[in-house]
Amino acid sequence: MVSPSLPLIFLDAAVVNNFVLALFLGICPFLGTSAKKETALNMGLATMFVMVVSSIAAYGVNWLLIALDLEFLRLICYIAIIASAVHLVEMFVKKYSPALFRSLGIFLPLITTNCAILGLALFQTAKEYDFLQSLVYSLGAGTGFMLALLLMAGLREKLDLARLPTVSQGAAMTLMLAGLLSLAFMGFAGLGGSHG
Amino acid sequence: MAETTQPGTGAKPTADPFNRQESLTADTFLRGLWQENPVFVMLLGMCPTLAVTNSAINALGMGLATTFVLLGSGALVSLLRHLIPKQVRIASYIVIIATFVTVVDYAIHAISLELYASLGAFIQLIVVNCIILGRAEAYASKQRLLPTLVNGLGMGLGFTLALLSLGSVREILGSGSLFGYPLFGEDFQPWLVMVLPPGGFFVLGAWLLLFAWLKQRRERRPLASAGATSHG
Repeated sequence: MVSPSLPLIFLDAAVVNNFVLALFLGICPFLGTSAKKETALNMGLATMFVMVVSSIAAYGVNWLLIALDLEFLRLICYIAIIASAVHLVEMFVKKYSPALFRSLGIFLPLITTNCAILGLALFQTAKEYDFLQSLVYSLGAGTGFMLALLLMAGLREKLDLARLPTVSQGAAMTLMLAGLLSLAFMGFAGLGGSHG
Repeated sequence: MAETTQPGTGAKPTADPFNRQESLTADTFLRGLWQENPVFVMLLGMCPTLAVTNSAINALGMGLATTFVLLGSGALVSLLRHLIPKQVRIASYIVIIATFVTVVDYAIHAISLELYASLGAFIQLIVVNCIILGRAEAYASKQRLLPTLVNGLGMGLGFTLALLSLGSVREILGSGSLFGYPLFGEDFQPWLVMVLPPGGFFVLGAWLLLFAWLKQRRERRPLASAGATSHG
C-alpha cells in the first residue's frame, strides 16, 4: 500500500474516520462532557493534548520494543505512557486554571481510560506510520474528537429548550442524537480514497 | 504469601469497614445480569458495545473475551488485595488487566483468525473498558475470591447478553441473518444503515427507550392511566 500523504491522513482521522462517530472510540467522555459547549471545548483541548503527547511517546516506545524484540509488552507500555501523559495534563490544568480543573472534574483523570487515545496509539502502530505521519494522525484525531464533542454540545444545548416526552429524556435521546450526527458524518465516507 | 484465600474457609473478619465481606447469595450473580446490567443500566463500556455489535457472532466473541478478562483480573486482584498498596492500586489493576487482555488477544489470534480480523483493535481496547476497572476497584479489591468470581461471571454474562441483544437486532435488520444464517427469503432488502455506525447508536437508543418506557409503565400501573404511549 502506498503511504498516504499528510493532509490525507489528517482529513481521514478528523472527518472521514472520525474517532467518535465512525469508529466508536471515546464514547464515555463524548456522552459525559458534551452537555455544555464550554466544557466540551476544554475537554476536547485536553484530550487533543494527551493524544499528541502519547502518540509521540508511543512511537518512540514502539521503536524501542521492536528493537528489543519485546512486542508482547506493547499494550502494557502504551497504557503506562497514557497514564503519565494524563497526569502531566492534570498537574498543568490544576496549576494554571483551577476553575477548569473543577469543571472537568472526574473526566480529567478518566482520559486515561478513554479508548480514543489507546486506540490512536494502536492504530498508528498497525498502520505503520512514520514519526511525522503519527504526529499528523494524532492531530487529526484530536481535531475530530473536539469537532464531534462541540457539535454534540451545540445540539444538546438546543435540546434543553425543546419539550420531550419524559420517557425519552436522558441517555436514550442523547444516543439518538449521536446516531443522527453519525449519519451526517457518513456523508464524508469515500472522501480521500479507500482505506481499511 | 500470608493471604491464601481459600473460598471455603472464609477470610478472617477485619476491623476495616471497607473490608466488609459480602455473603454469597444468588443476588451476587444475578445483579450483574439485570439490576446492575453494565450496559443498559450503568451505561459503562459503551465503546465496544457500539463498535463490535454489527453482527451477533462478533458480539458473542467480544462478550466472552471481556468475561474472561473480568474473571481473570478479578481473581488476581482479589487474591492480591492485601499486598497491593492503596496508593498504586489503580496502576496495578491496569497492569493486571493488560496482562489478561494480552492473553486473550493472542488466544483469539490463534483460535479464529476471522474473528480476530473483524474485532480488530477492539480486543486490545478491552483494557480501557470501564466495566473491568470498575469491578476491580469497587468489588474485587474488597471481596474474597469466590464472590468476586461469581459477581464477575454475572457482570460478564450481563455484558454479553447486552451485546447479543444489540448485535442480533442489528444483524437481523442490517443483513437479514442471525449468526450468519439467512433468516428471510432472497428478496430481503437489507436495512444497511443498521450495520453501519449510526445503527449502533439507534439500536442502543431504542433499547434504552424501551426499558425507560417499561419502567415508567410499571410505576404508573397503580394509577391505571392511559397515558403510556408507545415510543418504541
